[in-house]
Amino acid sequence: MRYFKLLLIFSFIVLFSGEEAIGSTLPEESRQCLKCHANQTYSYYNDWIEAEQKRMMNPFYIIDTTLFISGVHGGFKCFDCHSSDYETYPHEAELKLEPLSTCIDCHGGDDTYADFQFERIEEEFQKSVHYEMAGEAFSCSKCHNQHYYTPVTRTSHTVGAIVSYSNDMCLSCHDNTLKYQTVSAGQGPQLKQVHDWLPSQERHFKSVRCIDCHTVVIDSLMVSHNIMNKSEALRDCNGCHSSNSLLKASLYKYENLQSRASDGSLGSVFTNEAYIIGANQNPLMKLFSLLLIGFTVLGIAAHWVLRVLKKK
Amino acid sequence: MNSSNRIYLYPLWVRIWHGVNALGIIFLIISGLRMQYADVDLFGFSFKTAITLHNVAGVSISVNYVLFLIGNFVTTNKYHYRVELDQLVEKLKLQSNYYLSGIFTNEPAPFPVSPKQKFNPLQKYVYIAVMYVLVPLLIVTGIALLFPELIVERIYSFSGIYLTALLHGAIGLFIFIFLIIHLYIASMGKNPLIAFRSMIDGFHDVSH
Ligand code: HEC
Ligand code: HEC
Ligand code: HEC
Ligand code: HEC
Ligand code: HEC
Ligand code: HEC
Repeated sequence: MRYFKLLLIFSFIVLFSGEEAIGSTLPEESRQCLKCHANQTYSYYNDWIEAEQKRMMNPFYIIDTTLFISGVHGGFKCFDCHSSDYETYPHEAELKLEPLSTCIDCHGGDDTYADFQFERIEEEFQKSVHYEMAGEAFSCSKCHNQHYYTPVTRTSHTVGAIVSYSNDMCLSCHDNTLKYQTVSAGQGPQLKQVHDWLPSQERHFKSVRCIDCHTVVIDSLMVSHNIMNKSEALRDCNGCHSSNSLLKASLYKYENLQSRASDGSLGSVFTNEAYIIGANQNPLMKLFSLLLIGFTVLGIAAHWVLRVLKKK
Repeated sequence: MNSSNRIYLYPLWVRIWHGVNALGIIFLIISGLRMQYADVDLFGFSFKTAITLHNVAGVSISVNYVLFLIGNFVTTNKYHYRVELDQLVEKLKLQSNYYLSGIFTNEPAPFPVSPKQKFNPLQKYVYIAVMYVLVPLLIVTGIALLFPELIVERIYSFSGIYLTALLHGAIGLFIFIFLIIHLYIASMGKNPLIAFRSMIDGFHDVSH
């Protein structure tokens, strides 16, 4: 529902900002598609009744041009992925059945993208509960929209942005029965109830990623893709709330976050981005506390000894 | 020991307030340490229990603090907290000297306890600092941490929550130190437990 609203808002913006909004950087062929697909309504000439007709666009088929252009595939024409037969309207019914390329079809085995380790991601993903449940039907695109995808985790400078981008992927399905049922017959459990053991749930969901609890961290992989069975999910508060917080190896490991911290140390990422009880241990403060408590106890002990000795 | 040299000094409401406060502070210190040094797993109860305990105890002593303010407002208890600048330094010196030397030789206390003067000067100003500066700051920062959306997101390059938590922790430490000294001084009477009984029955022993 939230998705739907967002879509509506976006399409309103596109609608009222007129046709210029359909990025002038886009190639002519794409603009041709977006004349309809960027708007809430579209019109076409009906040969049968020989009249211009106006209809409402299926909200799920509306493309957000701004997001499209800023995504990694923003330079693509629609026909690079979709059949050029879409040129005519009404589109041929058969086109619905056209198999579309997956991330791996294009990126697999290509050294240009070695840095992203697509093959290893696929391997990991195929161990996940999602793949085990739905197989190929659970494609990468269920999480990564090919139209808009941006590798936010390696480009963003704030933990908040990384967390919300990542969690929205999961919530777009786990919080949306329609999408959920494209891969499952059942109705997903309510996330709020499932996680009711976690205090300040809302705040946690804004400051840690679902995958920080639901995957095993693999150091050599930017983003772990093996969503494990729920019985293996992290429930131990000390996993994060301790000086050797595992978030250091996952959410807080990214260099793009580090670079913002003036001295590059992890501590400053912690202090800049959040306060995690138990994980933010200020060494100076710790020393100071120990000294102060130590001196107090020593002072009292000395006083007591003097009292006992002198009173006699 | 007969009751003539015992004076009724601590009215019931003060004793109840003090009891609740003492328990609350002790729970706060224990659960606070458990949270701050989470990896050491002090005291053997879970992190989650510590959070709950800390929240419940924190809210309790906050409410209790408001009762303390009201109690002081409507009774004469407030006079014990009145600042008197006259000869302040001399009085503080006198009392300090007593603690640092006189007490070892059984000298009489310079400011014996009486219904008019429940606290000696040193005690009074320490209590004023604790009750009217540290505890309110502790409560304010504590409430802020309970509702972090109230806190300014960023103070220069630091997270506002982090700075608030640092302050909260530092004050907590000072109160912990206060508690240790408070307990020690309370145990300095004729019999180490006598002051603790006063906190239950309200009578102060003035026999020495
Ligand atoms: C990088 C490849 C790629 C590009 C470029 C691309 N698409 Fe898509 N498009 C896809 C994929 C993959 C799907 C299917 C998504 C799914 O099944 O979840 C899709 C689905 C769609 C759908 C929904 C159809 C349906 O049945 O769900 C529409 C409408 C659409 N694209 C329009 C466009 C338009 C218009 C453009 C050009 C501005 C465009 N696409 C460019 C890959 C692409
Ligand atoms: C139709 C082929 C095709 C498909 C399908 C496709 N990509 Fe791409 N992708 C490309 C090409 C070509 C580029 C290079 C674009 C450029 O340089 O402008 C690219 C660029 C990228 C980049 C940026 C690489 C860099 O060095 O900055 C990422 C990340 C990426 N794709 C991820 C994905 C993901 C994830 C999917 C699946 C959801 C996907 N791609 C699906 C062809 C594809
Ligand atoms: C269950 C959801 C989910 C599925 C399915 C999924 N991913 Fe991801 N993927 C994520 C999340 C979350 C991120 C982190 C956010 C980001 O930066 O995109 C991510 C990040 C990535 C990245 C960026 C990593 C980097 O180094 O910056 C790539 C590439 C990627 N996924 C490829 C794939 C491929 C290929 C598939 C299919 C085999 C796939 N993903 C399936 C959730 C998923
Ligand atoms: C397209 C829909 C979709 C997306 C996107 C999606 N999931 Fe799921 N997920 C499902 C479905 C359906 C199930 C139910 C599996 C079952 O019944 O066994 C499921 C199950 C799960 C489970 C429970 C596994 C178990 O043991 O029962 C976890 C945990 C989970 N998902 C986490 C995530 C995370 C984390 C993300 C984002 C990175 C995500 N999901 C993205 C559809 C989705
Ligand atoms: C603090 C760690 C943590 C975070 C963060 C977290 N989860 Fe979970 N999640 C768990 C644990 C632990 C369970 C197992 C609960 C149980 O079995 O009672 C679980 C269970 C689940 C289940 C299985 C529900 C069921 O009973 O079938 C799903 C689905 C799920 N989580 C999705 C998500 C999504 C989506 C997010 C992000 C919005 C997320 N989780 C964030 C720890 C977490
Ligand atoms: C995946 C890591 C992770 C796990 C597991 C985790 N937390 Fe947290 N927790 C965080 C982070 C990160 C924050 C900081 C939130 C912020 O300041 O934005 C936080 C904040 C908190 C807060 C402060 C929230 C507030 O409102 O100020 C409490 C209380 C808390 N956690 C309790 C717990 C308890 C209890 C558990 C175990 C049941 C737990 N956490 C498990 C990462 C985690």
